[in-house]
Amino acid sequence: MIGNSVKKKDHDAKISGQASYVDDIVMEGMLYGKMLRSTKARARIKNIVLPEISDDYFIIDKDDVTGENKIHVVLEDMPVFPEDTVEYIGDPILMVVGPDRKEIARILSEIVVDYEELEPVFDVRKSEISFFHHNYNKGDVDCAFEEADRIITETFETGQQEQAYLETNGLIAYPQDGRIVVRGSMQCPYYVIGAVSKALGEEREDIRIIQDVTGGAFGGKEDYPSILACQVAVAAKKAERPVKYVFDRREDMEFTSKRHPSVCTYKASVKDGKVTGLDIHVIYNAGAYTTLTDVVLQRGLIGACGVYNIGNLRVTGDGMKTNTVPNGAMRGFGAPQTFFAIEMMMNHIAKSLCTDPLTFKEKHLVKQGDETSTRGKFHFQVPLPEMIERADQLSDFRKKHALYKSQTGRFRKGIGISMVYHGCGFTGNGERDIIKSVAKLRKNSDDTVELLISITDMGQGAKTTFTKIAADTLGIPLDRVTFNNPDTDRVPDSGPTVASRSIMVVGELIKRASEKLKAQWKPGEEQVIEEHYVHPDFMIPFDIKTFRGDAYPTYSWAVNVIEVEVDTLTAVTKVLGAWGVYDVGTPLDLNIVHGQLQGGFLQSIGYASMEQIGYNEKGVVRNHSFSDYIIPTAMDVPNLVTDLVEVPYAAGPYGAKGAGELPNVAPAPAYIDALENALQNRIQHIPYTQEDIMTYLQEVENG
Amino acid sequence: MINFILNGEQVSSNSNQNERLLDVLRDEFRLTGAKCGCKEGECGACSVILDGKLVNSCMVAMGSIEDSTVTTIEGYSKTRRFQILSEAYAAVSAVQCGFCIPGMMLASECILAENPNPSEEDIRRGISGNLCRCTGYNAIVEAVGTAAKEGKGLW
Ligand code: FES
Ligand code: FES
Repeated sequence: MIGNSVKKKDHDAKISGQASYVDDIVMEGMLYGKMLRSTKARARIKNIVLPEISDDYFIIDKDDVTGENKIHVVLEDMPVFPEDTVEYIGDPILMVVGPDRKEIARILSEIVVDYEELEPVFDVRKSEISFFHHNYNKGDVDCAFEEADRIITETFETGQQEQAYLETNGLIAYPQDGRIVVRGSMQCPYYVIGAVSKALGEEREDIRIIQDVTGGAFGGKEDYPSILACQVAVAAKKAERPVKYVFDRREDMEFTSKRHPSVCTYKASVKDGKVTGLDIHVIYNAGAYTTLTDVVLQRGLIGACGVYNIGNLRVTGDGMKTNTVPNGAMRGFGAPQTFFAIEMMMNHIAKSLCTDPLTFKEKHLVKQGDETSTRGKFHFQVPLPEMIERADQLSDFRKKHALYKSQTGRFRKGIGISMVYHGCGFTGNGERDIIKSVAKLRKNSDDTVELLISITDMGQGAKTTFTKIAADTLGIPLDRVTFNNPDTDRVPDSGPTVASRSIMVVGELIKRASEKLKAQWKPGEEQVIEEHYVHPDFMIPFDIKTFRGDAYPTYSWAVNVIEVEVDTLTAVTKVLGAWGVYDVGTPLDLNIVHGQLQGGFLQSIGYASMEQIGYNEKGVVRNHSFSDYIIPTAMDVPNLVTDLVEVPYAAGPYGAKGAGELPNVAPAPAYIDALENALQNRIQHIPYTQEDIMTYLQEVENG
Repeated sequence: MINFILNGEQVSSNSNQNERLLDVLRDEFRLTGAKCGCKEGECGACSVILDGKLVNSCMVAMGSIEDSTVTTIEGYSKTRRFQILSEAYAAVSAVQCGFCIPGMMLASECILAENPNPSEEDIRRGISGNLCRCTGYNAIVEAVGTAAKEGKGLW
């Protein structure tokens, strides 16, 4: 069964419209919630005047928070409802709850907030508050710069991307038998339990979190549900009734966390045609509160020198505060920003040395046994050379790249390549020291087996892949294994569904539990098997203070090629072809793996070419709907091919490594490389939109 | 009272003329297969078939559907055509989070109803009003192509 594809476990329910997402659920006596949000980017709230409301309507604010007015994510700087200052447009000042949504809207429209405006900061370069600062060194950068033939410095910027899952964020909270239950769309039920118990001041045992069918997440439902859960749980506790809050699209696009915009400055020393040192400074724009910035930034810093073996490194990074919506997790989790920068940097250095970028990059590729940026080790085979060859075969990259260099005429083609890794699993010692994942198998008396884990299926196919692992190992049919949506009353904490850790880490626990169960199988009897995470013993312990050691046990790899055609009259760009070659270890289900790769690929092309949340000078989001925040449609990239090479990972189930995040890292630099090939220009930011191309073409025209 | 045919049955709704068909289907008839992805006519998650045409039900006012025929995924899923399409979707695991999928299925039906032998380009154009953030669309396009072959004569 492993490898091949099966019909997905949730296919029938979803395709027939029967699957119940949170918005499809109606509970007896259910109320609806809607936020009153700050209209100022930074202000003190002097006074709030509330209209009269009838008995079955409630105003929920900071005074209703029965525990601590803090949302537990990493730090606890974000209040459930603001105390006296608001920090971004959209900061939820209070929630109006009641049975009729029109009446809620009327109440909201009559509330008057008296603000004392304070000076906001929108430009991350002008921010003076660094939430997080990290730095690490390898080798001797100063010496490398002293000995250099030349030194090249460039700054790259990346935009704020919206996850744009099709199902917006939504949760329902309700009291039940003296406890509070929160259910709905989410990635990480145990994150939510931690946050809600803190905000309500209740024991974790008195909180129950249930995931409902989740319509996409891409990181956007990693931290956000913790925030919303605290707010609706406080409301449900006060109203003593179920409270449902489902975001409308505009509210979701404007006020939920997004991918961090970045400014990365790279200074490279070059000697004898090779990069000998990199001095890198990375700034991630955190927005108004910290949420997941620290962890996102760490991944960005660790990957800052890409897939290249650079002996001398100095990497510093800051997560800076600005008065915009807090940024959080998005697929790739901090890696797309720095991988974009290093890939472009390597291209530009090669060009300035008048050498071919691909050949130049090949000279620097890491190999098995090399030191990582953090002085860990690439313990396993690095299949990049064969992947580059494969990508070249599929796309004819080398030939086309040379051919497209000297074009004139209205339509110009370009082809670009990029190569990246994704560190599989949680960064650093997270798995060992913090997550400590647990998985359970329950065998029922009818000999069916249930997986009890806190991993959520948000579309990536966890239900199918995990049950395959168990069924295959146990040697029983797939339909004898079930995997229901996690309910914290029933499943242990197997950690969050993030960072491409699910299959590699928790899947391995399921594999081991299944082996154990198979050995002890007692027909007709109930049995429960529990497995705990064991840290791979080959790993060099990672120290977060010095950024030293193995940040990840292993890596998945990608090489992407994209070919474009630019109409230099209209600046319209067509993607003619997109090829991705990946190593995700052993694919456990080919269809599911290709589905992940293709979906991620397209999101990243969007990141490179069109997707960017924009603000006006007051900090108001300008594009908050699908009519002005454009994501790719079926027409945009007709020719998208994904292909696999396999380097199995011994500590992953059947050799599987992380797959979900990887495809979101490589395409953007390949796309921009292709544009540079077509236009013969130098690009330092994404998205590079049609308007950007038009501006560039006009500049060229005007000399 | 607004009378119309819903999934083959004559029904009537108490809703106002200016209410959205999407809300009425979901709230009054408890047919939640049509999803709300944007309520602005941009995403296609709320697609239904209205008098043989694919429409965004969030953009249809109840006042305009008197005597019309509305098919939602709940009704469509009882048909043989649905079966063929569903099998084709399953064979390539085209369903990820599933939120766009009821709409995609109805869009697929409309493509095939109009042209039983669509080219890849026809299929892409046909589903281009339905956003999917998960799949990259390839699997869906392939599934519609397969259904066209497997379901010869049905459309
Ligand atoms: S909900 Fe109707 S088009 Fe998006
Ligand atoms: S399957 Fe998730 S949006 Fe299409």
